Amino acid sequence: MKLYQMTAHQLHQLLLRKEVTSREITESVLRRVEEVEGRIHAYITLTPEMALEQSAAADLRIQKGEAGPMTGIPLAIKDVICTQGVRTTCGSHILENFIPPYDATVTQKLKAAGAVFIGKANMDEFAMGSSTENSSFGPTRNPWDLDRIPGGSSGGSAAAVAADECIVSLGSDTGGSIRQPAACCGIVGMKPTYGRVSRYGLVAFASSLDQIGPFGKDVRDTALLLNAISGHEPRDSTSVDLPVPDYTQALVEDVRGMVLGVPRETFGQGVDPEVAGSVREAIEVLKRLGAKTVDVSLPHSDYALAVYYIIAPCEASSNLARYDGVKYGFRARGTEDLLDMYQETRWQGFGAEVKRRIMLGTYALSAGYYDAYYLKASRVRTLIRKDFEEAFQKCDALILPTAPTPAFRVGEKVDDPLQMYLSDIFTIPCNLAGLPGLSLPCGFTGKGLPVGLQILGNFFQEEKILRVAWAYEQNTEHHRRKPKL
Amino acid sequence: MKISKPEVEHVALLARLKFSEAEKDRFTTQLNSILEYMDKLKELDTSSVEPTFHAVARRNVFREDQVLPSSPQDLTLSNAPDGDRGFFRVPKIIE
Repeated sequence: MKLYQMTAHQLHQLLLRKEVTSREITESVLRRVEEVEGRIHAYITLTPEMALEQSAAADLRIQKGEAGPMTGIPLAIKDVICTQGVRTTCGSHILENFIPPYDATVTQKLKAAGAVFIGKANMDEFAMGSSTENSSFGPTRNPWDLDRIPGGSSGGSAAAVAADECIVSLGSDTGGSIRQPAACCGIVGMKPTYGRVSRYGLVAFASSLDQIGPFGKDVRDTALLLNAISGHEPRDSTSVDLPVPDYTQALVEDVRGMVLGVPRETFGQGVDPEVAGSVREAIEVLKRLGAKTVDVSLPHSDYALAVYYIIAPCEASSNLARYDGVKYGFRARGTEDLLDMYQETRWQGFGAEVKRRIMLGTYALSAGYYDAYYLKASRVRTLIRKDFEEAFQKCDALILPTAPTPAFRVGEKVDDPLQMYLSDIFTIPCNLAGLPGLSLPCGFTGKGLPVGLQILGNFFQEEKILRVAWAYEQNTEHHRRKPKL
Repeated sequence: MKISKPEVEHVALLARLKFSEAEKDRFTTQLNSILEYMDKLKELDTSSVEPTFHAVARRNVFREDQVLPSSPQDLTLSNAPDGDRGFFRVPKIIE
């Protein structure tokens, strides 16, 4: 096995035993990037010099016996998370040359942990999309089939892990943007509870829904990266001041007595038969391991997509008002007056999907429509949250597919926004409620495309999710399969 | 029809966006089909349901009013598309 193919916890052991150096690991990953990046395009910006410097610092730390689990581990960061001195584009032409003067909290934490930054991962512009085709820098390809999308919006972060172009990575999830690409790329991805991870330095899309989370090749790496980024931070007043447990303590291979809820609405919503089959098999595996299943109902889940595509664009239209060509970012040249400068800058700077959502949000918040759209959607959001509250009275975690289909073809849905939005039908309700969720591989279709199993938990019960995921993973082999590149 | 082309033009102005004629037609069609989908929500009686605006219910978060260092001026201006001697330069606003 090559170094770049290994997990963070395997590499950590090798580093502690002085069998390899972080420099060797980093060089191995950088060579892998050179080999496959031309086909995958997982990155917007690569930072090899920084990576080599960080690996040298990590090796010193390891020699001194001060290594933590992320010390010397090469990772990728979604390009929506600020990195001081390294351009952060959000996949948008409007921020093409933006160099953040500060680090996001998660970036600071990972630097302090001694991690190695390989680069900034590609994404749908401003995290709006489900395929990474909305990037102003060109699409990312799925490592399992280069004609297919890697999911989105964190498609670059997921593809980079799946193609071994980094060991772990960070993404952000507003309506499924970590879990759906994890499913499409056959890796593990987790959206923590809203407030678990500080959003300071995460460029805002929909502030009441956005949450940063980890991608890993297996459940243990995902838990380790979650450990490294979690916690309260005063500069994000929505981050919650609760102690952060060691999430690896939840990785016990025992689900006996756990009650898993299977939402009865799930399999009626146009789910691909191969996806449904893999998820049903996964439920059987968990039952054999001693979990009980219970039929639950999320009666308002059918409305979640409509609620989301009102609330998220409303928040986005407000958040993206800051891109005015004055303080940072792109400014259109040769304009007549201030209004013309604003309009030209935003017209030229934003891509079609971003403009569509700004329009939708501005319309839904405008005089005469606020009650019918934003307020109505916010009331239905309460009903969706209450569905979960009731379901979690009967079970420890919910089990369902991550996405209704495996990865679709590049170009297949670009002209039909509503079809694209339907990719998020199973991931959105969790964001509306603020709950944690995880996707892990649970099989492959006949064409060899990965299928994702989604596990949702109650507020701040990431540990229960990880316990179920770990038990499943330890008794299956799907996570060991690698794409042939 | 939910939204007409003149309304699209009005919303574009509110959002400080502009569009070519072809884009206006395309956006009008797409926004209409999305807004028609949103009609689903009308099936639900929500007259007695409180709205949820935040994922996790929180009150205002207060802190002591302490003076802390802020970002240095040159760093703050370093990303400005048109910065000049400590200012952001913009097109003339007042005639």
